[in-house]
Formats: sequence, structure tokens, C-alpha cells
Amino acid sequence: MTGQIELGLLVAQVQKSFGSHKALKGVDLEVREGEFFTLLGPSGCGKTTLLRIIAGLELPDSGHVFLGGQDITRLPASKRQVNTVFQSYALFPHLNIFENVAFGLKARQIGPAEVRRRVADKLEMLSLDDLGKRYPHQLSGGQKQRVALARALVNEPEVLLLDEPMSALDAHLRAQVQEELRRLQRELKQTFILVTHDQDEAMVVSDRIAVMRDGLIEQVGEAREVYSRPRNQFVAEFLGAANIIQARRDGGQMVTSLGAFDLTAAPAWETGHLAIRPESIQLGEPPADDRNWVRAQVCEAIYRGQSLDVWLSPGFGQDNCRVRVRTNAKNHLRPGDQVSIFFPPEDLVALDHQSDAR
Amino acid sequence: MKMKPAPDEAPGPGLLIWYGNIHRRRDLWWRGSALMGPGLLWLLVFLALPTCGLVILSLAQRGDFGEIHWVWTLNNYQRLLGFGLFGWTPDHIFILGRSLVVGLVTTLICVLLAYPLTFYIATRPPKMRTALLLLLIVPFWTNVVVRTYAWMLLLSPQLPPAKIAAWLGAIPSGSPLFPGSLATYLGLVSTFLPFLALPLYSSVERLNWELLEAARDLYASRWQVFTQAILPQTRPGLTVGVIVTFIPAMAMFVVTDLLGGAKYMLIGNLIQNQFGQSRDWPFGAALCLALMALTMIGLRLYRRWGRS
Repeated sequence: MTGQIELGLLVAQVQKSFGSHKALKGVDLEVREGEFFTLLGPSGCGKTTLLRIIAGLELPDSGHVFLGGQDITRLPASKRQVNTVFQSYALFPHLNIFENVAFGLKARQIGPAEVRRRVADKLEMLSLDDLGKRYPHQLSGGQKQRVALARALVNEPEVLLLDEPMSALDAHLRAQVQEELRRLQRELKQTFILVTHDQDEAMVVSDRIAVMRDGLIEQVGEAREVYSRPRNQFVAEFLGAANIIQARRDGGQMVTSLGAFDLTAAPAWETGHLAIRPESIQLGEPPADDRNWVRAQVCEAIYRGQSLDVWLSPGFGQDNCRVRVRTNAKNHLRPGDQVSIFFPPEDLVALDHQSDAR
Repeated sequence: MKMKPAPDEAPGPGLLIWYGNIHRRRDLWWRGSALMGPGLLWLLVFLALPTCGLVILSLAQRGDFGEIHWVWTLNNYQRLLGFGLFGWTPDHIFILGRSLVVGLVTTLICVLLAYPLTFYIATRPPKMRTALLLLLIVPFWTNVVVRTYAWMLLLSPQLPPAKIAAWLGAIPSGSPLFPGSLATYLGLVSTFLPFLALPLYSSVERLNWELLEAARDLYASRWQVFTQAILPQTRPGLTVGVIVTFIPAMAMFVVTDLLGGAKYMLIGNLIQNQFGQSRDWPFGAALCLALMALTMIGLRLYRRWGRS
């Protein structure tokens, strides 16, 4: 574990302000060697600033960045074994694709034969073999993106940084590229750090995700962990839909306006919030022991192809449609239907409201 | 609903759509001619015809009292190449060559100064940018002659620049810093810097800085960042700037006359002499055409460089 971190990337107490705006407020981060790590957050959360500091394109006001155990905080970008795929790709318009990809190798005075071999290798890896003689303006968005990727990867960086590289692609292509990127990283076993505001993208590609807000990291973990065990309301709501339920601790049980719930682990607080994902709530017939079961009435059912999203009103009124359930699209539910829903204790998460309030 | 075009608007060979409007091909032609006409006429009357006049004039001969003898001769061109009454001298070729060198050096110094200057202006906050650009344009408000006399005052023996130069032993004490190379280039560069800086600024202002960062990220040295990321992006502005600097700098005669002294006889001065004191219009015309040819060759070479 320690060995991995020594070889990987370490960000320690990094702060950065732009005028009076504090972009980063003391960020700590460990990225292990060979992992696909994602910085996820809304725009303005500081994720791109952090990426630029790692790239050497921005100097932190305080704090340090270590790569392979070496302090690189004050090392210029041109001396770092770190390469970036820029958001707009930043391909050199006057150079053809081959020359673009060869740029980093030529700048380091690597011999022409070696340059040719390595560039050809990367062009082939990214299915760009036929495009070497073309110029950037002759390529499609997806092709440009692959060229940008090839141009960075050809240098065999210790860390590859990706600054929202998929934001300019259409949805269909984006899904394809995400999977490709994931496969590429598995093959190369290089460290990738991706910046994105798209939580689906983060979950598709990442080994681990850091969720950022207002210049701080809210939670770091594997996709499954961050999604199903969000630390606070911000993380719960940023990574997809969540039901947030106000609760009071009473002995081992949580008392809410929906009824009393059992949890697998009781929180430290007396009053706070619980979160549960819409797809974790189950529809069915309550057993004899109907703990964590709630009766509810359907307000609205939205068919979404792969699922059916249902808004429910607990109890029998129609005026309180605040429970969102995602269920099998094969179910037929109509407004007014009476249903029973189950809140599995292991899927109910007690949120840390202190970290929300900061 | 199907839209039926009215009979007289039926799409046919005489009609075409231009920027979303349907036009009769012939009307569009007339409109284009009307718009271009005045400009073309201007160029014809004030550029094409005078140039033809120069060509004809250059083939004539100066009479003994400065009048023009309309005899067809290549005498003027022979003289230009140095063949005169007293055998061959390279004087005129020297003057042409010197003009070329002065033009090139002035342009080069302006380029070297304009890059840092335009980058400085382009990276200031918007308000300050406008103010700095205004300062750059201010010299245009005064005549070149006035500005050149200002340099003569500035370089006079009583003022610090000349005193310091004298103290360093570069010039005898009590003498001004002109005429000479330093004064000439000071005058030329200060005259032409805005000509180069303004078009260059228009390119620098629109610079895609991400390309500079990409180059740095890909291990480029500072020089490589300039040649690979800055130069290709600023080449359009630089080209315009170089052209509008090099051509007039080569033909300049006011500044070189006042600040350069006898050593700085340039093609501009020579031409001025022919049409002035010497009253040798035919030879002046030949010199004009030689200068024009030289300029064209220069531009041609520059274009070739620009493409590679």
C-alpha cells in the first residue's frame, strides 16, 4: 500500500486562489500507480485547477505535489513526466496528425527512427493509422480526441491527465469513447486522472472517484462506494437521484415522517438526514414483520425504457409526492394505485450533515 | 402545404440564391460592378496609369536642361546598373543594396520589439489595453518630419544621450548623436514600429493560449513554444506588419535624409533627387521601377517562406 503511493501521485494541502476567489482550499489526494482516478464535481468546484496544478500549468499558493516520491510542485510543465489531453484538444493546426503526435518526442530530441516507430505504434493503437498525413481541421471531433490522446500517450507519461475530454462529443460517441478509454487504461496500466462533471462518465471509467465541491474533496472511493454510501447530501444528490429523508434517532430506530426505520449502522447524530437511491426501494407485498415497509399511493409513473420512475405519496393522500422509486419497466403502475414499498436497512444511508453545512 | 413559386420567380438558369436572397444573375453582376467600380477606377487612374507612365518615362532621355526627350532608349537602366560616361561604377547598385539592408534591419528590429510589446498589451486588463493601444497610435497624429526633427533635438549635444555617448568616448564631446547609424535606426524604428505592432497585435489578441500550454506540456523549450505555438498563430498579423513596414522603410527618405547624413544615401533619397534637384525624370522613373521590382522580389521570397 505504502509502496503504491510512493510510486503514485500525492497532493498535499494544496491551496489556490484567483483574486478573492478560493479555487482550492487545502486539497489532499492520493492517486495510486496504474489506477484510473476521476475528479468529479460541478463547474467551479476547482477540479480543473487541481488538474492544472498537477500538470504544472498553474502554481499552487501553498501545498505540494509529489510524483513517484519526488516533490514536483515547482517543476515546470515541460520537465514533468505528466501529459495532458486538453478539453479543446489543442492540436497544432499547422502540423499534420503524425507531426502532432510526434511533437513531444521530437521536443525531447528522440531519434527519427524511434519517433516513427512509437508514433506509428500509438496511431495504430487508436485506429488512426490512415490519418497521419491529414491536418486537424480535416478530422471529426472523435478523431481529434483520439489524436490528442495519442499525442499525450506516446510520451509514456507517469500520469495522463484528461480535462473533460468527452465534453465536445455527442452522447452516443461519448459512451463509446468512455468504454474505449477504460479498455486503453487497463491495457497500458498507466495512471489516468480524469476531470469531469458527468457522474455516469466517472462511474463508467474510474477505479476510484473523488467528488469535489467548492475547492475541497467531499469523498473519495470506488464508484460503488461513493454511489451507494454517499457521505453527505451533496454527494448523494450529485451522483444521481436520491431520496433524502429527515430523521430522528430513537434508540436503535430512526423515526421519520414515513414511519420508523431500522438501519444496519446507527449514526452518531440525534437528528439528521437519511438517503436512499430510488432503485434501492422495493415494491411488493409486506411480510408479517412489516418493519421498513411503507404504504403509498402512485402520483406519477414515467416510463424511461430501461426503467419505470414512480413518484409516490406515502400514506393515502395524493398531496405529498416526494418518494421516488425506480423499478422494473415491466411493471404497470397508474396514478392512484396503492402500493407497498420496502426500504432495505442496508441501503439506507445516514448522512453527515456537518460536512454539508461547511 | 406546398409552396408554389410565382411564375416570374420560377427557379431557372437566370436566377440564383445568394446569402438567402434570390437574385437575377445579371442584376447581381451589375450590383457587384457598381460596388467595385469606384475602387477599380481609383486604382486604374492613380496606380495602373501612373505606373505605365513611369515605364514609358523610364525609356525616355533627359535633355540638357532637364526637359524630356522622347527617344526610346535603355540608357537609364544601363546607368542604373553602373554603366556611365566614365566607365562602370557600382554606386547605384550599392544604394539599392543599402536600401534593402536598411529595410530588412529596420523590419527585423521592429519584429523583435513588437512581439514583447504586443504580448504585454494583449495580457493587460481590457481598459489598460485600450489605453496602451492608443499610445501606440498617437505617433500617427504627428507628421514624420516633425517627429524626425524631435529626434534631432533629443540627440543634440546638450542633452544626456549625446553627453553619455561622449563620456563613453563614442563621439567627440560637444557633437550631436546624428547623423549616423544609431540615429537613422532610432528614427526608422520609431516611425515603423506601430505599422508592425498593430497588425501583429490583432493576431496576438486572438491567440489560443491553450496551444502554448500544450507545447509546454509536451516538453517544448521556450524557443520551440515560440516557433511551434506562437509563430504559426501570429503569422497572418506578422505578414501584414512586415509588408507594411518593409516596403516604406526601404523607400524612406525623410528620416535617412535628416538623421543619416551622406552615408545613408538610400534609393528613396536618390529618387527624390532625380525628380527634384537633378531634374532627371526618366532616370528617376527607372529607379522607381527598380525599387518596385526589388519590393516584389522581396514579397515573393517572403510568401514562399510563409507557405513552408
